[in-house]
Amino acid sequence: MQNDTPELPIFPLILSHAMRPLPLWPLSAGLSRLAGHILHRHPGINNRIDYYQDHVFLLDITDLPLFLTLEPRKARLRAFRRSAVVPGHDAGISGPLAAFLAMLHGQEDGDTLFFSGALAIDGDTAAVLALRNALDDAELDLAAELAELLPPIAGLLRAGLPGMQHLTGLCLQRGSAASERAW
Amino acid sequence: MELVCPAGTPAALRAAVDAGAHSVYCGFADATNARNFPGLNFSRAELEAAIDHAHARGAKVLVAINTFPTAGEEAIWHAALADAARLGADAIILADPGLLAHAAERHPGLRLHLSVQAAAANPDAINLYARHFGIRRVVLPRVLSVEEIAAINREIDIETEVFVFGGLCVMAEGRCALSSYATGQSPNMNGVCSPPDHVAYTSEGDDTVARLGGFAIHRTPRGAPAPYPTLCKGCFVSGERQGHVFEDAVSLDASRLIPALARAGVSALKIEGRQRSRAYVAQIVSAFRAVTDALAAGREPPALALARLAEGQAATTGAYAKRWR
Amino acid sequence: MDLTVGPNLFFWSTEKLHRHHTELAAAPVARVVLGELVCSKRLPFWQDSIPPAIEALQEAGKEVALTTLALITLKRERRLTADLAAMGLPVEINDLSALAHIPEGTPFWVGPLVNVYNEGTLRWLAGRGAVRICLPPELPPRSVSVLAEAARGCGVAIEVWGHGRLPLAISARCYHARLHDRAKDSCQFVCAEDPDGRDVDTLDGQKFLVVNGVQTLSQAHACHAHHVEELRAMGVDALRLSPQSQGFGVICAGYARLLAGETGADDLLATLRAAQPGAAFCDGFASGHPGVNWRAGAAG
Repeated sequence: MQNDTPELPIFPLILSHAMRPLPLWPLSAGLSRLAGHILHRHPGINNRIDYYQDHVFLLDITDLPLFLTLEPRKARLRAFRRSAVVPGHDAGISGPLAAFLAMLHGQEDGDTLFFSGALAIDGDTAAVLALRNALDDAELDLAAELAELLPPIAGLLRAGLPGMQHLTGLCLQRGSAASERAW
Repeated sequence: MELVCPAGTPAALRAAVDAGAHSVYCGFADATNARNFPGLNFSRAELEAAIDHAHARGAKVLVAINTFPTAGEEAIWHAALADAARLGADAIILADPGLLAHAAERHPGLRLHLSVQAAAANPDAINLYARHFGIRRVVLPRVLSVEEIAAINREIDIETEVFVFGGLCVMAEGRCALSSYATGQSPNMNGVCSPPDHVAYTSEGDDTVARLGGFAIHRTPRGAPAPYPTLCKGCFVSGERQGHVFEDAVSLDASRLIPALARAGVSALKIEGRQRSRAYVAQIVSAFRAVTDALAAGREPPALALARLAEGQAATTGAYAKRWR
Repeated sequence: MDLTVGPNLFFWSTEKLHRHHTELAAAPVARVVLGELVCSKRLPFWQDSIPPAIEALQEAGKEVALTTLALITLKRERRLTADLAAMGLPVEINDLSALAHIPEGTPFWVGPLVNVYNEGTLRWLAGRGAVRICLPPELPPRSVSVLAEAARGCGVAIEVWGHGRLPLAISARCYHARLHDRAKDSCQFVCAEDPDGRDVDTLDGQKFLVVNGVQTLSQAHACHAHHVEELRAMGVDALRLSPQSQGFGVICAGYARLLAGETGADDLLATLRAAQPGAAFCDGFASGHPGVNWRAGAAG
């Protein structure tokens, strides 16, 4: 049978390199603020994650120089340098940033990405499913969440988003047509 | 033909309705339904809102209470049934004779569908359920050819619904204890096949090995397409043979058989996938709605290209073609 | 508590079947279920053995019932089921559709492949004429206990899987034919080559399942010898023994001695091991665990 999976865009190497020397604690603080904002606005996420809320989820975004870990109950989203050891975790998902964003924004189905080999999982499979299903039901829009969290940049985001999506091929908001073109 | 679409979450239900589902089926977040996976399914409040949402847009909601109630705990299933009826479900999908008898007695006005989990595979069985419990529709098990479905429809007076896309049970549904044998969690009792908390993926050399309850199901090169770790799609060794003893890593795609199924008297087409995301639901439902709309208008239905969304990224027409056996 | 011998699940030669039936007539079992459960294509080869077997078993004082197929789809199979119901013996239904051929009020038995999971279903079947129900092997002990009590209230005898490879699944597709690259319709009866089913092992070499035509069974032999006291206390009426090609007489005799208190479970297990060297056993379902587990009465 025909395998017609389109190629996922890879996060530009040059940007990835540029991120390497950045200190991580401000990034972790910012990410956790975003996670806290999202989990507070969408209590359904932690309800659906249910008894996996205390798990540590590793988000291994393979085209970034970082590992992320998510702890849902604490609303903690932290960054770790890829050059260091893999952070301890109960469940892990790995794949390119484009796959994560497309799944988060309802553009791509998690199982489809998994069947095609674009996403891989390890550790507690049930926890991964709970997280995936919880996020899918939340119908998140990262751009909208960011704009809410940081009103000063809302205008900038609105203006810059289409260009960014076009440039990177990433799906940066819910219901975006950019990713459909890119994929 | 009625398009019956899956919803594992309220968001998926809205996606299905927006994409043109005539009906959506879903279940409560417990062992009363056969897709009891983590993070999925509906609370009572969510179901109430979902039914309002669907009804406001002309779509129906069918509630699956299609596991076999546990002895001594029937009250949980009875409560699910009463709540689904109270919240305005358009039909309840049931499999267990005891629960069907209860529904027929206590909720006489309620429309009942016979779940695929009852595996009613011949007119005698279907007529028996119709006569005893007043079921109005049967979801046919995936063991029948199109010719057999046509023959069944000639001998029964109720509607038939058949699966046209998605995961494919290779064994007669509701009569398979393979997963239970390996994990102790029973599809019939716990509503879950290949429970994810018994699935482990490990890297061994250049391969990813999927195990269920400690039994290797398949070994694939890392990054290669992989199916769900269900036993019936596993790769095993038997004598000199190594391979997919039961079924390849494929899923069902009967989109091209829809005209033939219509001629066979089928009333409703079912899409499997309550465990899939709203993205999947939206894509599959709109694709199949285009087919049913074309058929209704007497046009040639469009050919669908859905292999990418399928498990193992490969499709079969399963038992609908007799040579499959 | 007594013993029921289930139908032979495999495709044996008429000579082998004859020896099996002769052995059963002399075995210390209370009843025997005869007939073809798995594949209607096999039946023409051995159906002539059934009437003399019924006669021999009844003469030896056994109760005899006839099983239906596990999956009835073809017109021919429906007719066969109707014929079965007209033979004057109790029918053991293993596909619910067989009820359509049994007149309301006629007593019948229910086999382990019918989904009897709860009191509601048990009572519905009892109301329809069921007098004996062999529960699905995967039922956990709590369910068995609740169902045994419910059965007492409506005059139904309860059986539980006692010994033999567990029937796990039934399909429209023939795996024996598939393993030989044949279509089901031109299978050439290759399942006859494997009198106890054909082994299916994992890629790691773990012994796992066997296929038997359209049926899939456990490769391990369920052995519930260590659970007999518990089952008896629950009010279970009979243990079901499922035929196998080697040493079945030893199994029947051993369980009869166990039920009569003439031997213990450990001694019976030693006898069974000696009769079948290398065989794997399992009893997980009996304690609500994965069926494949083997605890042999270990505490906990």
